[in-house]
Amino acid sequence: MARSDVQLMLDVKAGDERSFELLLQRYRTPLVNFLYRMVRAREEAEDLAQEVFLRVYRARKDYVPSAKFTTWLFRIATNLALNSVRDNRYQRMEVSLDAPVTVDAEDGDEKPLDIAEKHPNIEQYLVEEARKKMIRHAIDKLPEKQRAAVLLHKYQELDYGDIAKILECSESALKSLLFRAYETLRVELAPLVARHGK
Amino acid sequence: MENRILAYVDERLKESERLEMEKHLSACGACQLRVNEFRAVTSLLDEVPQIEPSAAFDARVRARVAAEPVKQSWWAWFTPSPRVAFAASLLLLATVWIGYESKTSLPGIDQKEMDAQMMQEMQVLDDQDVISSFDPLKDLPQPVQQEDQTNQTGQPNQTM
Repeated sequence: MARSDVQLMLDVKAGDERSFELLLQRYRTPLVNFLYRMVRAREEAEDLAQEVFLRVYRARKDYVPSAKFTTWLFRIATNLALNSVRDNRYQRMEVSLDAPVTVDAEDGDEKPLDIAEKHPNIEQYLVEEARKKMIRHAIDKLPEKQRAAVLLHKYQELDYGDIAKILECSESALKSLLFRAYETLRVELAPLVARHGK
Repeated sequence: MENRILAYVDERLKESERLEMEKHLSACGACQLRVNEFRAVTSLLDEVPQIEPSAAFDARVRARVAAEPVKQSWWAWFTPSPRVAFAASLLLLATVWIGYESKTSLPGIDQKEMDAQMMQEMQVLDDQDVISSFDPLKDLPQPVQQEDQTNQTGQPNQTM
């Protein structure tokens, strides 16, 4: 039977390095994805995820299982991501005015010839890619706290109470925050939402 | 009702709340539309693909963890270290040995003889004749006699 996160963390506290390795394997992908969707830069997301694991390791001696491990983990990640987004906001605004449009890994960095080879139905592929891009951009446009709330709610499937603890707000404030975020997404994605309903 | 729409879509409402919501939805077209649209939004969010961490990710985390300094608690200061204990024993041994050697190695001086010499020197210091006939002391100014003697009642003597 798999050990719980809390048990693994208590074992790390007792000096078991292999338990830390298991936590790393369990949470590396969710953390990197959460941070990538927050900061929109793969390398930065990986750096931040490494920092999260390092902070967990550093705090092992003082760890007390007073809350869910995931709540603690994503609280560290969210704080790092929000700080990073706020620190880089002005820098990115300056860059975006004159920098050429770059394509990151998730946006697809395939050359046209590769696309034609891999996807026989290229028209359908391009439509799907445009659709994904629209969804990603709708998420990116959310204010950072709303974005964090949606990502934790939708992709990490955390309880309202846990998300509220991570974002340091009340549960009712979180519900309002999420409602506003989904409202914005509904408006931004209106063309897709309308087609989805048909 | 607004805040409950999302929880209803997520199926996170309690049974009683869900029944109440469904009762409301059957009579409210706007809320029913909003529920359908929120369901569409959450479904669209599922289309965003996941990325995988790079191949070097785990190795980087391990390297950073390995580079962490080993912290010792302050209590560890009190735990005996074999090296320190050995060094302290040697120091103690050396101190005792040096003390013993210095006592026994003073040649030809008898303890009684040393005591007698010391007593003789002390007598010289105590001899007032020696002090009074000590020439350098004669050059010192004589102590001033107190002229204004106060009388027994504490009043100063008046000179007319």
